[in-house]
Amino acid sequence: MIIIDEVIKRYGADTIIDGLSLTLPAGGVTALIGPNGAGKSTLLSMIGRLLPFEAGTITVDGLDVTKAPGDRLAKCLAVLRQENHIVARLTVRELVGYGRYPHCKGRPTAEDRDHVDRALSYLDLTGLADRFLDQLSGGQRQRAFVAMVLAQDTDYLLLDEPLNNLDIKHAASMMGLLRRCADDLGRTVIVVLHDINFASWHADRIVALRDGRLVHQGPPEALIRPDTLAEIYDTPIEVRQIDGRQIALHYA
Amino acid sequence: MVRALDDNPAAVLVILAIGAAASITAFMTIGANGQWGFVLPFRGTKVVAMVLVGFAIAVSTVLFQTITQNRILTPSIMGFDALYLLVQTSVVFFIGSSALVDVDPRFRFAAEVAIMLVFALLLYRFLFSGGLRGLHLLVLVGVVFGVLFRSLGNLMQRLIDPNEFAILQDRFFASFNRVDNDLLAISAILVLGVTAIGWRWRHRFDVLALGREVSISLGVDHQRAVTGVLILVTILVSVSTALVGPVTFFGLLVANLAYLMIPSHRHMLILPAAALLAVIALIGGQLVLERVFGLDTALSIIIEFIGGILFIVLLLRGAR
Repeated sequence: MIIIDEVIKRYGADTIIDGLSLTLPAGGVTALIGPNGAGKSTLLSMIGRLLPFEAGTITVDGLDVTKAPGDRLAKCLAVLRQENHIVARLTVRELVGYGRYPHCKGRPTAEDRDHVDRALSYLDLTGLADRFLDQLSGGQRQRAFVAMVLAQDTDYLLLDEPLNNLDIKHAASMMGLLRRCADDLGRTVIVVLHDINFASWHADRIVALRDGRLVHQGPPEALIRPDTLAEIYDTPIEVRQIDGRQIALHYA
Repeated sequence: MVRALDDNPAAVLVILAIGAAASITAFMTIGANGQWGFVLPFRGTKVVAMVLVGFAIAVSTVLFQTITQNRILTPSIMGFDALYLLVQTSVVFFIGSSALVDVDPRFRFAAEVAIMLVFALLLYRFLFSGGLRGLHLLVLVGVVFGVLFRSLGNLMQRLIDPNEFAILQDRFFASFNRVDNDLLAISAILVLGVTAIGWRWRHRFDVLALGREVSISLGVDHQRAVTGVLILVTILVSVSTALVGPVTFFGLLVANLAYLMIPSHRHMLILPAAALLAVIALIGGQLVLERVFGLDTALSIIIEFIGGILFIVLLLRGAR
């Protein structure tokens, strides 16, 4: 369980997260949505202890993210940002192997190699395992990074827009994979999504932020509705019921 | 053959080690037509100095590039060499050149290392408290400090006696002919200490090269690890500048050559490769300097010359 309590984050005079309190239960897929500048990525980074904050506390399974030792947290939560630029020349397998660092500290065992192989095949990367990262397309590289955090084998997976750069096939299979991580492996997946229909289709819970505050949270049925979406995005959005799921028509 | 080597970093390391051993042997023996009892210790001292300096420059540059995630930056960007020159200029300016010549060199060396450590500690303490983008800010401040120190040094050099300036100028150019024997022992101890710590941290270096966010996610205390690396880099740069003066362009060269020859991300392979390349380049360069040019020129000029050629090779290979 992730407990966010009265958290405030400022950049200079701008308040990005304004006294946010939120509890994210363990298990399932939680989607963070909201307009640009709502603080979704900032919140994800703060839970993943990549960003310091001015006030409040965040705990993950009782571990305070600002105080708990880094290597202890690395076995509990893995976080992946949107932009990942690596200068070193790495193959896909080597990158995914780094996901085992919190467990093996650079000396991989047979079990670590199994985890790497499984993560590679989960993300359909086995054929590309020995290619260098700079020889891959943006989408393939994105999948390689997701395979790395998957190999880290943590209870919590925090992903910032993992569908970026992915084509239709791989976007859908990425969401399917995150679904399986939650259903089959019992992981807690928290993901920032831009496309609310992916959130509606695949998430168990949606958390909507706006101007650094919590506006709505709940299951997709309760959130993907014209009145709530209009409030979140400040624009009229039609919603249709298709095959028992709510689909937002936000293209016009 | 090149293809086969590409896949086998260990073979590349062995070849580089043989090359380093060959250049040391050549340096020790070529043209030695006198008493061995005189020639060996005389040249041996120079070899030890060059090995220490080559190792220090190569390792400090690679580690610095690892934590900044940038293969063009070197410690000189942070203003180290400029500070070194400023320290020496200030001594001559305020006390006179006798201080440079008379004071126990070991004491002077210790003072120089201490000043550089204090400088680096102050700089990053102040900068890393900001958290995000610490390194970029650090490098920017380093550039500004470099210009400041250089300008201050230039001002003092214009104000001092021309005779004193001549003594000072002699120290501004890298030369292995005025290495101080007393300093070698201390330098060797410092370099060995740094190596021992670096060996323990070798896997952490690999993770740091992945950048701040990924390192933190993988459980490395990024701020502390970077601080530790900066201390190592500071000590190594102090050793090399105090021994022979600033030769910092050289680090860029051997580091990039090492990345090119070792297509791996593991510092366990890259660091020895860079150090061996540095030893080959320095000792080979000094050999050419002494035997071909008859000591008519400074080693830094040879290094820039060889460096220029290799840099073109780098560009051509990169363009292919």
